[in-house]
Amino acid sequence: MIRVVLPAHLRTLARVQGEVQLEVAAPATLRAVLDALETNFPVLRGTIRDHVTLRRRPFVRFFACQQDLSLEPPDTPLPDAVVTGAEPFLVVGAMAGG
Amino acid sequence: MSKIRLLVGTKKGAFVLTAGGKRKRWEVSGPHFAGWEIYHLKGSPVDPNRIYASQTSGWFGQKIQRSDDGGKTWEPVGDKFVYDGVPGTHKWYDGTQHPWEFKRVWHLEPSLTERDTVYAGAEDAALFRSVDGGQNWEELPGLRGAKGHLWQPGAGGMCLHTILQDPSTPGRMFVAISAAGTFRTDDAGKTWKPANRGLKSPYELPDPDAEVGHCVHCIALHPSRPGTLFMQKHWDVMRSDDGGEAWHEVSGNLPTDFGFPIAVHAHEPETIYVVPIKSDSEHFPLDGKLGVYRSRTGGNEWEALTKGLPQKDCYVNVLRDAMAVDSLEPCGVYFGTTGGQVYVSADAGDTWTAAVRDLPALLSVEVQTLP
Repeated sequence: MIRVVLPAHLRTLARVQGEVQLEVAAPATLRAVLDALETNFPVLRGTIRDHVTLRRRPFVRFFACQQDLSLEPPDTPLPDAVVTGAEPFLVVGAMAGG
Repeated sequence: MSKIRLLVGTKKGAFVLTAGGKRKRWEVSGPHFAGWEIYHLKGSPVDPNRIYASQTSGWFGQKIQRSDDGGKTWEPVGDKFVYDGVPGTHKWYDGTQHPWEFKRVWHLEPSLTERDTVYAGAEDAALFRSVDGGQNWEELPGLRGAKGHLWQPGAGGMCLHTILQDPSTPGRMFVAISAAGTFRTDDAGKTWKPANRGLKSPYELPDPDAEVGHCVHCIALHPSRPGTLFMQKHWDVMRSDDGGEAWHEVSGNLPTDFGFPIAVHAHEPETIYVVPIKSDSEHFPLDGKLGVYRSRTGGNEWEALTKGLPQKDCYVNVLRDAMAVDSLEPCGVYFGTTGGQVYVSADAGDTWTAAVRDLPALLSVEVQTLP
């Protein structure tokens, strides 16, 4: 079970509180976890990555195990600690503006 | 007893204001979608309890919300806005060609006759239509065929911000785009032609009389006389009496003819309202005095309506979608400011009061007159 932490606005949209837990088939990659997230919460389609290109939106970042995974290719395997549920996968709205 | 419902979009959420027919005591519901930019909300003329909202964010993109109970509860509907075919390019700020890129929905316009049909005006400028209550959207690409490669964004982005349906000529619609101009279709959106003859933009365009490229801020019509259009251009208040074939200036004695919104009185097709703003570099009222200007002659002769509005130290703006009229007698006029006030006149503009004063900066105001 993979644990996903969403930013507040996306938790509100998805009508969830706290972490989201997802079953993700192996191999658990960035793409696979985002696919699973959007399958479980269709309202999140288009909010984290583009509807068509599936590219990450510019002001959304991905972190796990104190690593910035935002620029990793979509088929990058997630860290073992995320796959086992020991650590969460973080979707973060970038700090921007003033 | 009639009831008024105001649909208010702000930089930080949506608000629904309601009052009785006297338009004195206002109840405020919201913020809905707190923290998101709500560019526009509008109710269906066919089913007033069906309301659409454009919810956008620089971080998380575009959502469209729909309420079927007058704004009490909301459900997200479709938000996949994809340009038809190969989207092509338009002119960029530096004159080069730039690919069309969807950014947000500025304006939602439910059909006058079909409950499940709604139009969306997008940035980068395009018109989308849904025939299933907002679940799925398709572009009407003929619009961008009207010299779209020559359209160029203004400072506020290349947005399609006004959608007018002609109630008496099926298939006729008008849209307005910053900074491309006004366009008309007579075949329900399949084909479009520029409708900008007579506009002059000597400060903005190399060719002041260009067929496209004019920075139209807002257009309005009265449903009983849809061949007459009124326009607040970047500079100049304009009028057309032939469905946009030709325009002439009616700025007349306005103290400044820069501004954003324009509206037509509900019962008097020759009575129109604008909010003069000092200039394109200083987006606030002249001398810190907020005033709506009314013409009862379809333009040229204007009177200041200031009773109840701040007459010193007022430096707010009134954006293009932030003025509306109700259909009660006497006609109610409403506008919202970037300072968070929603001003109400229950006597066609003669006197004003604030329904609320401290909302986030207002992006849009629409009004529904309910039985």
